[in-house]
Amino acid sequence: MRTLLNVTKTFDKKAARSQRWDARKRYLKDSYILWRRNRLMVAGTLIIVFLILVAAFAPLLATHDPYEQILHNRLEPPSIQQYFGTDNLGRDIYSRVIYGARVTLFIAILVAAISTPFGLVIGVVAGYFGGLIDEILMRLADVFLAFPKLILAVAFAAALGAGVENAIIAISVANWPGYARLARADTLSVRNNDYIQVIRSMGASNLRVMLGHITPMCISSIVVRLSLDMGVIILTAAGLGFLGLGAQPPMPEWGLMVSDGRQFLVNQWWISSLPGFAILIVVMGFNLMGDGIRDILDPHLR
Amino acid sequence: MKIADSPLLDIKNLHVHFTIREGLLRTNDATVKAVNGLSIALDAGDIFGLVGESGCGKTTLGRAVVGLAPITSGEVCFNGLNIVGLSGREAYERARHIQLIFQDPYSSLHPRKTVRDLVGEGMKFQGLAKGYEIDERVLAMLERLGLSIGHMYRYAHEFSGGQRQRISLARALVLHPEVLILDEPTSALDVSVQAQILNLLKELQSEFNLTYLFISHNLVVVRYMSNRIGVMYLGHLVETGLTNDVFRKPQHPYTRVLLSSMPSIDPDIAHTRILLEGDPPTPIDLPPGCPFAPRCCEVREHCNLEKPPLVQRGDDSTHLVACHFPYPH
Amino acid sequence: MAADLLLSVKDLKVYFYTLRGLVHALERVSFYVNRQETLGLAGETGCGKSVTARSILRLIDPPGRIMSGNIFFEGRDLLALNKAEMRHIRGSQISMIMQEPKISLNPVIRVGDQVAETLLVHDRSLNRRSARKQAVDMLAQLGIPDATRISRRYAHELSGGMGQRVMIAMMLVTRPKLLIADEPTSALDVSVQGQILELMQKLTKDIGTSVLMITHDLAVMAQTCDWVAVMYAGDVIEMGLVRDVLKHPQHPYTQDLLKTIPDKGNPNEPLYSIKGNVPSLLEPWTNCRYAPRCNYVMDRCKREIPPRYVLNKSHQVACFLYEGQGEIEMDKECFKETASP
Repeated sequence: MRTLLNVTKTFDKKAARSQRWDARKRYLKDSYILWRRNRLMVAGTLIIVFLILVAAFAPLLATHDPYEQILHNRLEPPSIQQYFGTDNLGRDIYSRVIYGARVTLFIAILVAAISTPFGLVIGVVAGYFGGLIDEILMRLADVFLAFPKLILAVAFAAALGAGVENAIIAISVANWPGYARLARADTLSVRNNDYIQVIRSMGASNLRVMLGHITPMCISSIVVRLSLDMGVIILTAAGLGFLGLGAQPPMPEWGLMVSDGRQFLVNQWWISSLPGFAILIVVMGFNLMGDGIRDILDPHLR
Repeated sequence: MKIADSPLLDIKNLHVHFTIREGLLRTNDATVKAVNGLSIALDAGDIFGLVGESGCGKTTLGRAVVGLAPITSGEVCFNGLNIVGLSGREAYERARHIQLIFQDPYSSLHPRKTVRDLVGEGMKFQGLAKGYEIDERVLAMLERLGLSIGHMYRYAHEFSGGQRQRISLARALVLHPEVLILDEPTSALDVSVQAQILNLLKELQSEFNLTYLFISHNLVVVRYMSNRIGVMYLGHLVETGLTNDVFRKPQHPYTRVLLSSMPSIDPDIAHTRILLEGDPPTPIDLPPGCPFAPRCCEVREHCNLEKPPLVQRGDDSTHLVACHFPYPH
Repeated sequence: MAADLLLSVKDLKVYFYTLRGLVHALERVSFYVNRQETLGLAGETGCGKSVTARSILRLIDPPGRIMSGNIFFEGRDLLALNKAEMRHIRGSQISMIMQEPKISLNPVIRVGDQVAETLLVHDRSLNRRSARKQAVDMLAQLGIPDATRISRRYAHELSGGMGQRVMIAMMLVTRPKLLIADEPTSALDVSVQGQILELMQKLTKDIGTSVLMITHDLAVMAQTCDWVAVMYAGDVIEMGLVRDVLKHPQHPYTQDLLKTIPDKGNPNEPLYSIKGNVPSLLEPWTNCRYAPRCNYVMDRCKREIPPRYVLNKSHQVACFLYEGQGEIEMDKECFKETASP
């Protein structure tokens, strides 16, 4: 193999590393400026950050043990000792909401971690190869998309049995086809572009092209969709909990808590409403964030 | 092993046909005959200019040579070896000898990759270098092409058209090819940037002993760059020869049309443009006989019946034309 | 001279507020277009030609802003009009053709209807049928064979050349006074390019439309324009009759630009290439922008902005080399408001 250029100058690793660092810093700075511009997005991000902090520092923030039942204290309204009051078993609702953040985050992250990569892979493979593979995979997705998400999740949860783990699987199953369609659409639009042809002409294998070149182009749509979906995932989990199919008592899952307070809605409103507010705020946070994320991820807008 | 006196890149009777599916039942399939029986031989050190309008198949030819278009029949021989239909390891090998520079600098660079990744990609997955070794070689090549270390970790959208073409060149050259296929390398660039890139290409050619297949619709640029030229129409090679010969004594009617439409910046030169009627036809359902017959001003009946072969008509053995009634009459 | 003036742009300044800073896109753009004549706006990427075109039609959206300047069209300052008045002008008095017809045409409306719609928008009294007929007539005038059938087609069914003809029809059917053509033939083949340019020339002469031709292709300019204005980094640095500018260029940039074209270059010699790079428009304008690359640069060029000197009645150059050779162009009669039509 002949050499065109003899590398004579000694390569300055330090200079290269500092250039790389500079480029990254610039990228982060631009991202920050774009983020800051969009006030709603900032609000959304702060809410989510708040959620994460609450979940992380739950033991420090909670005032009582979320599972402890103090039966003579049941159905007490919010007061200085119990910020959010107590439920029908005497448990402090404030502490349960705090710990519930952990459960919510746990479910949301796991569902995202399972369904999104799965959907992404299916979508990219379908879009890249086309033909029969595309048909088969998309019809499979269609089967799942034919049912409303919540109904599908309920069906799977009922079939698998109650419990948080099964709820996670059920919601993931209902969730993946959306990402598959999205990834497929992006793949189709990108597949014939010159910069993909370049790599193929160099002899890259299909796997390398799909993984290294096509997938990065799908990521921004997927991330936007995911942040908007988070709200739906949390609501679905809450819904399953409400129906008794997800988290089981005595776990402090917000949906379950709303369900628990059903009979006491009129006189002891705090049992259902306060966990309900928590759901509202978190879902809103994800929605606000999702709207603005595209601006940050898409370098063309810079 | 190179056999002496044989061409470096020999394209023999190449046909590239695509089928377009019309409708679900595939009853109305149309065949796009992009390249029809093309034969070109490039010797080492040649700059072969391939000219023609859009739809003539020159871009498809370039892509077919590097494996991006399906070859229906014919051979493409590099150093005597047929490189049609390669895959995997063999495709890697081919990429080390023949590289294609794409036309549009704005769409041929991956938007999410840094320059260092773009240029070093080939080396990386062919296992020729890794880690900072790649950075080293990438930098050496970028500097040779007029860029610097500050550019290495930026993204494609931060660069101008001329710089992007340099990045594409760096990517191709870093694998040390012998043949570069340049598909309209300066068509999207400003005139002053074009001059820089053309100068650069000439320098690189003599410095690295490269061979170019220079595809363009711009005759002015082709005349400047290439020593040999080929004129394409609807997938057929209608005239070929040394650049000076073909420009001074064009034999094919289509070549004459092309030459007459070469623009001049002198407003006083009365433009005697030979006007063709209609739009360039698409290469689907070609008529029998000469492909240029429907628009030719010299057409006679024989032209519609038999396709003219590419042969020598004048004194020069290198000047070939595919016409039944070539100039001068 | 004043009576012939159709459009006169005076010291147009347009800035863009971007992430990277303030982009000084146009600094001092001034030129004029006479009735029934063609002015070519020449320059390379980034010099501000397209921004100028869009400014005339007031199509500059945030983060861009027209900072100052005047655009006199038939005596009225377009920058002083309100939105309704401007909408009345767009499309009926001033039209614009863009580079890629495929992108500019609506893909879900038949082309004949698109042309007809332009008429209907500006003339409420017209009925659909006669608008359609006028559209078909215009298409036929543009050399489209079987115009009635083609008018029922959709944009994607047409070739590049046909699509551009439809665009031209759409823009000329209202018989505007001024047609702005932004790189109308760059996306087309050489042979089709020639046809389209000739058609445009013929039609605009018939209708009496002036043309502002924006292109980086100096050969197109040589063939179609009466006047040429050369732009560099947001400033018009030379303007004059096409013969004067292309055959006797005065500004160093124009001279250098013409030298880079491989028109009759010796293949054995490298092409002339202008040293340096286009300046960054993020920097404020304090001196001649071409100074870093100029072969005739003087000390003064690095400190002051050269005014425009008028060499003979029609040839202007913004370069200190010509100081004393002509009067500084400032508030000349041709830039004063003309009487309303």
